[in-house]
Amino acid sequence: MKVDLTVNGKEITADVEDRMLLVHLIRDVADLTATNIGCDTTSCGACTVLLDGESVKSCTVLAAQAAGHEITTVEGLAVDGVMHPVQRAFHEQHGLQCGFCTPGMVMAIVSLLRENPHPTEEQVRTGLEGNLCRCTGYHNIVRAALAAAEEGAA
Amino acid sequence: MSIMGTRVIRTEDPRLLTAGGVYVDDVRTPELSAAARLTFVRSPVAHARIAGIDASEALSEPGVIAVLTAGDMDDLAPPPPDSGEGPSEAPAPIGGVWQEPLLAVDTVRYVGEPVAVVITDSRYQGEDAADLVSVDYDPLPAVIGPAAAVADETLLFPAAGTNVMATHPVPADDAPFDACEVVVEQDIVNQRVACMPMEGRATAASFTDGKLTVWHSSQNAQLCRFIVAGVLGMDPGQIRVIVPDVGGGFGAKVGIDRDAIVVAWAARKTGRALRWAETRSENLVGMTQGRAQLQRIKIGGNRDGRILAYRIDVIQDAGAYGRIGLLLPFLTCLMAPGVYDIPEVQTGFRQAVSNATPISAYRGAGRPEATAAIERAVDLFAAEIGMDPAEVRRRNLVAPDKFPFQTKTGALYDSGRYEEALDKVLAAAGYDKLREAQQRRRASGDVRQLGIGVSAYVEITAADAGAGETAKIEVKDDGTAVVYTGSSAHGQGHHTAWAMLVQDELGIPMDQVTVIHGDTDLIPVGVGTYGSRSLQLGGSAVHKAALEVKDEARHQAAAMLEAADADVVLDTATGLWQVRGDPDTALSWAQVAGHTSGGSLIADVSFAADRPTFPFGAHVSVVEVDTETGQVTMLRHVTVDDAGPVLNPVLAEGQRHGGIAQGAAQALFEEVLYDADGNPLTSTLADYAAISAPDLPSFELAASETPTDLNPLGAKGIGEAGTIGSTPAIQNAVIDAVSHLGIRHIDMPATPQRVWTAINEARKAGNQ
Repeated sequence: MKVDLTVNGKEITADVEDRMLLVHLIRDVADLTATNIGCDTTSCGACTVLLDGESVKSCTVLAAQAAGHEITTVEGLAVDGVMHPVQRAFHEQHGLQCGFCTPGMVMAIVSLLRENPHPTEEQVRTGLEGNLCRCTGYHNIVRAALAAAEEGAA
Repeated sequence: MSIMGTRVIRTEDPRLLTAGGVYVDDVRTPELSAAARLTFVRSPVAHARIAGIDASEALSEPGVIAVLTAGDMDDLAPPPPDSGEGPSEAPAPIGGVWQEPLLAVDTVRYVGEPVAVVITDSRYQGEDAADLVSVDYDPLPAVIGPAAAVADETLLFPAAGTNVMATHPVPADDAPFDACEVVVEQDIVNQRVACMPMEGRATAASFTDGKLTVWHSSQNAQLCRFIVAGVLGMDPGQIRVIVPDVGGGFGAKVGIDRDAIVVAWAARKTGRALRWAETRSENLVGMTQGRAQLQRIKIGGNRDGRILAYRIDVIQDAGAYGRIGLLLPFLTCLMAPGVYDIPEVQTGFRQAVSNATPISAYRGAGRPEATAAIERAVDLFAAEIGMDPAEVRRRNLVAPDKFPFQTKTGALYDSGRYEEALDKVLAAAGYDKLREAQQRRRASGDVRQLGIGVSAYVEITAADAGAGETAKIEVKDDGTAVVYTGSSAHGQGHHTAWAMLVQDELGIPMDQVTVIHGDTDLIPVGVGTYGSRSLQLGGSAVHKAALEVKDEARHQAAAMLEAADADVVLDTATGLWQVRGDPDTALSWAQVAGHTSGGSLIADVSFAADRPTFPFGAHVSVVEVDTETGQVTMLRHVTVDDAGPVLNPVLAEGQRHGGIAQGAAQALFEEVLYDADGNPLTSTLADYAAISAPDLPSFELAASETPTDLNPLGAKGIGEAGTIGSTPAIQNAVIDAVSHLGIRHIDMPATPQRVWTAINEARKAGNQ
């Protein structure tokens, strides 16, 4: 089937299988490989992107369901080469190690801060329950989220 | 001012944060542009004979290029015959009676074992077609868990005559225990856990003009090449292994698994470039797992707190194949006495195969199991004699004037200040105040009881110190430097750390330093990253290469400046070469390198250490246990982790954080489970309780730096320390919270069900 959607501001038209997942469209059709796949049960959040500004796990959305919508991946977050405050906070707080969960984690926090611009540590931790990281023990990810909030990332 | 020891944020991050890493499945190179997808057909049964495989229906599906089985491997040499010696302490031999095939031949031995591969144009076609490959299984009884494995009622390898791959019997000498006032025994389960890097296993391969290129998510490209060359019968020079960004390893990506070798073989066999990236459901049954020990411990001592004898007898579940030889129980026994000076230590183990996913290294690999056992034993002993567990530890620690300290198990601890580490962590945690708070809750009968757990640990890093590591530094005529390292970053921050070492020694700014790893064409010789070896061996190699390139540059600069070598000095603040006392004569690195015949200065070195190093530390865990529900909440986690001088606190703290979380995961949440027939019950992340952010508090880290003299940086390994220290501290804290009810032990993971059951049984026993 034919789907039209916008990914990082770019209009994309593609003929895809009905069952194609949004994450595979992002990776294989739009050729944006930052968004990773970490599980097959919507548990890990590595594939988190924004759909019309709200975080979704793109392994759990059909490409067809995204038709007519706007998708933002981590590649679309920086503006004119300047990192988004959440990206910058990850860098400054050492919020990433291997980097595999990072794109999804960053997008989840961008969305979290839009909903709650000044979260407590506990609210950040609860908000990230669906995003797994195996390297950082979450310590610096939480600090990065709080630092970004402090900077007014929302 | 030197950059060493300062907080430098990572050079790796901007790319990872804006464009994302390039992991194997992200590699977009012309050689892979027409790559087909490889999908495994895996065994759905734990133990069975294969009566037949019918691929005809799959082959008729659209997009199916080939279906391959073990029968198609006619281009491979047969594995070596049985040497009659059984597995050694090195990785298990490919041949022999315990042989692990690439694809199952006539028997499957675990759910997830690769049986066939389907090669298709696209990913979705592969999943469809793999379902249509019909395999006829004649089920055999499944052997699940270490106790069943050693019972030998069903054999995985009938030709071996037993499931027990090796036995090192524990000395049955009870005399040292008979002389003790108090003896405690306990069976302890150190449960099977999943390594679960966020990126699962992934491989791509292409075979063109006699050259095989393999992109693989690994902790060491060079070892991959060595293994692939051996199995496929190729000259290593015909093979290039490229390790791009790696999404975590934790031990499970050391070398290359059979699945990935099959991808390389199939690319050669079919002439098609191939891609494989496993799903999480495959990962949780196919990737090697960790721990999986049953331990029987015995500890004896006197009521003054002195421990006089300790025994540990281990049954190591190897899973279906002995992937890592006997390394895990060997290391558990080596590190058995931990930080304690115990006059009598007895160790022994058996390792046996079972119908479960093979066990291999997982963050700590044999040492967390040792620490968990001794730290539980010390708490059991302390409870028995009614002494504070921190005080019992203090009375038995190896004294600082005893280093280097030869343990009863044959380890030579290089350096340590164990009591200082314990005192520091107790002070940082406010241990006495915590005990008072605990007493108040106990006195008031609070539903939520406070638990305080202590662990003190020592571990072995760079266990294969003699294997060393390589580094090559090239300073180019534009004044930039390239570092080629045999070490293999997968999240640790090597690129930042190695650039810091170069800047410190050569005065070439970090942003002018490029670090390259994981490409056997560029770095044919290297050892890799595992066992917390990178900085002490790989970093020391970079340091050594920097010194050599500096010597060569000094010689070159001296000739250019018409001065004696000894009079030429490098100002590392500016990166300029000068004649001592004559600032007007400055030469830049670009000028010096440009003056050489080749246009660059090169030092190509390897560094090996004489012996392993032994980092140490102490952790305090504070938990709250809801005595009505059994729910455990981590309130605080305080640590001292001493791995010598810290190159970059940002990186070292990150390693500690991640380690603590993985240790907490084992203590409280994670366990790979099978039913009695060997069906995995935790093969998705919906079922496997991977630790997440709300499960954890922020961590409190105290600094301590005791150098080793075994390498020029004074460094020991920090990658696994957090895991080794945290697991027993948290387990001890949970038990401490309910110890007033008479509970002495709860196995890991301390789930609400397990804790509630222990409380309930203790209360029932108390009412009788």
